[in-house]
Amino acid sequence: MYAQMIKSTGQGVKTLDEMEPQERAFQERIDAGGKIEPKDWMPEGYRKNLIRQIGQHGHSEIVGQLPEGNWITRAPTLERKAILLAKVQDEAGHGLYLYCAAETLGVTRDDLTRDLLSGKMKYSSIFNYPTLTWADMGAVGWLVDGAAIMNQVPLQRTSYGPYARAMVRICKEESFHQRQGFDIMMKMANGTEAQRKMAQDALNRFWFPSLMMFGPSDADSVHSAQSMAWKIKMNTNDELRQKFVDQTVPQAEYLGLTVPDENLKFNEETGHYDFSQPDWDEFFDVLKGNGPCNKERLEARNKAWDDGAWVREGMMAHAEKKRTSKIAAE
Amino acid sequence: MSSPESSPYAETKAKAPTEPRKAEWPLWEVFIRGQHGLSHRHVGSLHAPDAEMAIKNARDVYTRRNEGVSIWVVEAIHIAASSPEEKGSLYEPSNDKVYRHPTFFNIPEEVGAM
Repeated sequence: MYAQMIKSTGQGVKTLDEMEPQERAFQERIDAGGKIEPKDWMPEGYRKNLIRQIGQHGHSEIVGQLPEGNWITRAPTLERKAILLAKVQDEAGHGLYLYCAAETLGVTRDDLTRDLLSGKMKYSSIFNYPTLTWADMGAVGWLVDGAAIMNQVPLQRTSYGPYARAMVRICKEESFHQRQGFDIMMKMANGTEAQRKMAQDALNRFWFPSLMMFGPSDADSVHSAQSMAWKIKMNTNDELRQKFVDQTVPQAEYLGLTVPDENLKFNEETGHYDFSQPDWDEFFDVLKGNGPCNKERLEARNKAWDDGAWVREGMMAHAEKKRTSKIAAE
Repeated sequence: MSSPESSPYAETKAKAPTEPRKAEWPLWEVFIRGQHGLSHRHVGSLHAPDAEMAIKNARDVYTRRNEGVSIWVVEAIHIAASSPEEKGSLYEPSNDKVYRHPTFFNIPEEVGAM
């Protein structure tokens, strides 16, 4: 998802009997649907996993601004431009809500930023694909934000209070993102032949990378089992992917576009669509840094950080000067 | 697959820090009062060099959809909070004072609403 391949201790889930009293009380609180708050006791693994997951989620929001920011200056109308600008600003906001939540776990904002810039922390694989035409703005909103919503809606019930609260805010805004994307797709799909082709091409390029967002099957993963016991992951990757396909295929049909999967078929028996898995070798390759835009994205973030240094330092110096002259005047 | 051609390249690495790290902008907690006469409510936090910038940033981060008509910001280091260990001594005393709740008292139906 926006957080992919998060690894836990790898030791498997302990039973309540195997836990020390403090950890048992913690787990029982989670099992009963209670929330864990920043100052509460928590296992070190829970804290570390959450920092990684929330951090990666936040980084995805921040890096996710780049493929869409690419089209702000070239939006086809002033209205589309204003909408896209608002959408991209929301993504910055989402990144900030998530960084705040991660900081309550004892990591600093600068640590998170540096780990992103060095490539130590990851962001979602999806943002390493380029946005080549205006129709990609439609496909990103419709498919990428649509896939993100699948994961984020259940995370509103996650056990860590600050993360759950950030998700509530994000989900409220995310629905605007998906709808504006679908609105672009409707316009293009019902436009000229060239526009319809552009919309189909965007769907062709973004379909499988969107399915990859959920991560490979984790039905047998010890990491996922632990995250689910801690309620920092609410569904398996396959469950969410199936839900996304079931929801999205009829929408593609409405648009009169073809999902680029010849194995896609409604299964009367299961009540779900059967579909092809994405190319997982490609997924791992993109995570390793070999996607079409990994280098560009990280360079853009590094440049923004380096070029902004004098502003951050200058404003801090100005605030300090104002503070001391105020004290002197008193 | 469906994506454009991949191009292999050397892993991007951030430059090694050449000088000591600059301090982060301080952390501020943000409180917003909504439109409907409720009190200010904590909505989250942000980093800013001073109070003026903290309010400006809070406007952008927390009120993009008319969430509020008034913003308070306070530097996080100035907030004193109770600790979870004190939960028992602080809140348990109110558990056995159920008479503080109106439902403790049975008012006969013929008396009407009270």
